[in-house]
Formats: sequence, structure tokens, C-alpha cells
Amino acid sequence: MIRFSNVTKRYPGGQEALSDVSLHLAPGEMAFLTGHSGAGKSTLLKLIALLERATRGQVVINGQNLAKLGRRRVPLLRRNIGIIFQDHRLLLDRTVYDNVALPLIIAGFPAREIGRRVRAALDKVDLLGKERAYPITLSGGEQQRVGIARAIVTKPPILLADEPTGNLDPDLSREIMGLFDQFNQVGVTVLVASHDLDLIRTMNKRILVLRQGRLVDDTAAAA
Amino acid sequence: MTPRPPPDADGVRAPAAPGDRRLATRLATWALRHAQVFFESLGRLSRTPFSTLMTAAVIGIALALPTGLHVILKNLQQLGGGLESAARISLFLKKDTSEAAARRMVRELSALPEVARVRYISRDEALAEFKRLSGFGAALDALAENPLPAVIVVTPALRQAPEAAARLLAQFKAYPAVDLAQLDQQWIQRLYALMDIAARGVQVLAVLLALGVVLVVGNTIRLAIQNRRDEIVIIKLIGGTDAFIRRPFLYAGFWYGLMGGAAAWLFIALALGALAGPVDQLAALYHSGFSLQGLGAEGAAVLMGLSVVLGLAGSWLAVGRHLREIEPR
Ligand SMILES: Nc1ncnc2c1ncn2[C@@H]1O[C@H](COP(=O)(O)OP(=O)(O)OP(=O)(O)O)[C@@H](O)[C@H]1O
Ligand SMILES: [Mg+2]
Repeated sequence: MIRFSNVTKRYPGGQEALSDVSLHLAPGEMAFLTGHSGAGKSTLLKLIALLERATRGQVVINGQNLAKLGRRRVPLLRRNIGIIFQDHRLLLDRTVYDNVALPLIIAGFPAREIGRRVRAALDKVDLLGKERAYPITLSGGEQQRVGIARAIVTKPPILLADEPTGNLDPDLSREIMGLFDQFNQVGVTVLVASHDLDLIRTMNKRILVLRQGRLVDDTAAAA
Repeated sequence: MTPRPPPDADGVRAPAAPGDRRLATRLATWALRHAQVFFESLGRLSRTPFSTLMTAAVIGIALALPTGLHVILKNLQQLGGGLESAARISLFLKKDTSEAAARRMVRELSALPEVARVRYISRDEALAEFKRLSGFGAALDALAENPLPAVIVVTPALRQAPEAAARLLAQFKAYPAVDLAQLDQQWIQRLYALMDIAARGVQVLAVLLALGVVLVVGNTIRLAIQNRRDEIVIIKLIGGTDAFIRRPFLYAGFWYGLMGGAAAWLFIALALGALAGPVDQLAALYHSGFSLQGLGAEGAAVLMGLSVVLGLAGSWLAVGRHLREIEPR
């Protein structure tokens, strides 16, 4: 589902953020990506969603070589990837409902299906009562869950999360990671970048470790 | 590492692609979306009524100026058309025509139905007038004989086709006492030449101001794009196409164009309303049936249409230039 072959990413004017990274995530697999600050975690996720392009090497997503994906096809790629950010990137002038509905509107879902799907997604993250609220009136954890609802509302086959628990207390963090596990249970390929090693270890999933742009460790989940 | 086996083929993960659905549903969804964005962009403009009205007024003024001048020219042309048939005919009489014969001819001409007025200028009167106007009094006094012919000035009746004047001219030429018959149309031709120049000037002005409208809308949309930068980034992040992002801005350009066109129409209507009274009074003084013509329904439709096209062009320009620069990081 996600395959990196000898991928190097050098930002203009900078040093290499990723050096010669090769990895493969099978469809329906879940993995954590960890490493110190500046190790290249965000960069790796950005390459998958084509927020950045690889300098060298190949990134293949769902059988598609991203180097050959033209500008006009990028939106279609992104519709198949749910992305969750630490700063959740919600539209502050729109309600929770409208935020979660946005990916469906973009993808051209019919009106009657939108309501059903938005409510199902909000139900999953336990926010059904907050449909009409505006994001600023929500707590950090609630905002993060709105971001998650938006990422999963179209049921994308791939879910990426960059430090989704960065600002949250341990209980909330565990709850959020539990949500990702649930999505993975129904077959979604999940890749979560996080430096919360203690939490990650309790999840019993594959762990990829980056150090200064190199993939230095790859521990499979215990059977 | 122990990757999971791929999930079974019942497609739990595959998002129900919109492409699977029936065409009719997709078309309905598409049309509904457009209608929503169409009115959403109007709603967005109405949330900043002052700046929206300002922009509409600027567009309105820019469009009202050439359109108003065009309307005035049209009215002048109509007026000129009425004047053309009122061209005067000057009949220069042979010098040996007696005063009595000339008077008789004046009476005869006055009786014709095609003739409105006849004025007789005798040789002496012509000389006196010429002396007064030219200042060659002393030189003329030196001449033994008055060199000027008597003239009969005929004004054809109003509301006649221009050909009628030409026909009269031919008829008058046949009079034995007439030496030379001249249709005095030069000033009308000059007026037309002037109006042609004015029309060309209005065209140039219209092109410049239309360009101004495109730039005004373009700049307004550019600011709107900058204000909604974060939103654009987020929409791109979750797979919004360029067309999707472009749409509300193009519709905003449409609305600006429509409102600007309406403002221009209003300005012109107000200006013509203010002019109509005095013009009617003037026309009454001249016993003319002339009255000021407005834009008319067709003219208003063309004005609106052009304004909308200019608004769309402006927003298209801004969107094309600025949306590409905004990419998520
Ligand atoms: N847009 C950019 N331009 C230049 N250099 C960049 C850019 N983004 C990241 N980098 C550099 O690339 C390296 C990897 O950055 P990245 O954001 O991937 O690290 P990270 O593992 O996500 O760190 P953190 O845990 O702090 O989020 C860093 O040295 C960073 O300075
Ligand atoms: Mg990061």
C-alpha cells in the first residue's frame, strides 16, 4: 500500500531530511513512525500525500508511482489519504458538521449521503452532540477528534497522522490511538508519526524509527 | 516483520467512489453544488456590505461613463436625423430678375405644402448684410454696381425624408429665374463628422474603463484569495481540485459584475431622469417631438451582460495568477 524505495529528500538549501529510506506497509497494516525532533517523520508523511516530492528514489502508493503523478491528479491521490495534523487545521469559521462534511462535498457525494456519513464519523469520535459547535469552542482533544472525523469520513484506504496526540494528556492520547487501532481493525492502512514512545510501546504495533533521516529500526508487532 | 494479510475483497476500505453512482444522481449533485456555491458567494459578499457596494459603485461609475456618453450620442444622432430634412435650400436668382417677379415667386413657393418657410433677401439687403458682416464696406462702395444676387431661402417642412429636400432642389432648379440652387447641408455633415469622432472617443474610453473594471475585480478577488489562504490550503490538503477552489471566486466575480452593471444602469437612469425635464422644455420651445431616449431593455441587457463578462474575466485573471501560488506544506 505504501512503498518507499531508496527515497532521499533534500529541501532546497537544506541538508537531507530523509536519506535512502526504504520501507513497505502492506494494505491493512498499521505502524508507528518515531524518532527525535528533526529526524524526518513529518517529511516522510508529506512525501506520501505529495505535500513534498522526493528528491531521489521512488514512492509508490496504492500501486501508483508518485513521481509520475501530474499536478492535476494530486487531488485524487489525497482523497484516498486521510491526514490528521497536530494542529488539526480546521476551518474556524465553519461548524463541526461543515468541517467534517467538506471532504464529502469535495468528492461530490450526493446531499442525502453526506448527512448520514458525517453523523457516522462524528459518532465514531464521540462528538455527535457537537455538530453545530464551532471549533474554537471545543477543547484540544475535541478539536483533534473533529480532525479525525474529517479524515475518515470518506473512508479512505490510508490514514496518516502527524503527532496526533502532541498536546493531549495521556488518557486522551491513549483514546485517540485506540481510535486509530479501530480503523485499522476494519482494514485501513494506518501510519502514525509520534515521539511518545511509552504510549507507542503499549499499542503492540510495528514501529519504524528514524534518526537523522535514516530508517534505523523496524520492529514488528509481537504476535 | 509480519504484515497483515490484505483485507478481504468485499471492499471495506475502498471509499465508495462517486464514479460508481448513476449519472443522473451525479449531475443533480453537481448542479446542486454549483447552485449552493453560487448563492454562498453572494452571501459572503453580503457579509461585507460596505466594501461590496463600494466595489459595485466603482464598477458602476466606470461603466456608466462610456454607456452614458453612448446614450447621449444616440440621442444626438436621432436629433440630427430630424434636422437633416430641415436642411435649407438657397435659391440664387438671376440678376435681371425684377423685384416684382421675385416677390411673386416667393408667394408661389410659400403656397407649396412641402415648404415650411420662405425668406426673401433682396439684392440691397444682401449687400447691406454682406457689408455689415464682412467689413468690406468701403471696397464695395467703390463698385459701380451691386455684385450680389437676390436670394430666396426655403426651409422644407419638418418631418420629411431627406430625399424630399433633394427632390425640391431639382424642382427649384427648373425655375427660369433661378441661377443657382444649393442645398445647405454642410453643417449637418460637419455635425455628423463631429459625432463620429465623439463616438470613436467613447469607444476608446469604453475599452480603457472596461480594462479598469477587470483590474478592479481582479484586485478585489486577489484580496479575497489572500484572506482565505488557510481555507484554500486545507481544501487542497483534503483533495479539492483547482476547479473546486476556483468556483466561489469566479462566482464572486460574476456577482460583482452583475451588481456593477446594475449600479451603472441606475446611474444612467438617474442622470437621464435629471436631464429629461429640461430637454422636454427645450424641445417644446422648438415645437419638436424630440424626447430623450434611455438605454432601453436591450441596452440594459447588453450592459449587464458585458459587466458580468468583465467581472468574470477579472476574477479569472486573479484566480489564475494567485491560486497556484498557494500550496499546502
Ligand atoms: N520546508 C522545509 N524547508 C527546509 N527544511 C525543512 C523543511 N521542513 C523540514 N525541514 C528540515 O528537515 C528535517 C526534518 O524535518 P521534519 O519536520 O521531517 O522532522 P520531524 O521528525 O517531523 O520533527 P518534529 O518531531 O520536530 O516534528 C529538519 O532538519 C528540518 O529542519
Ligand atoms: Mg514533525
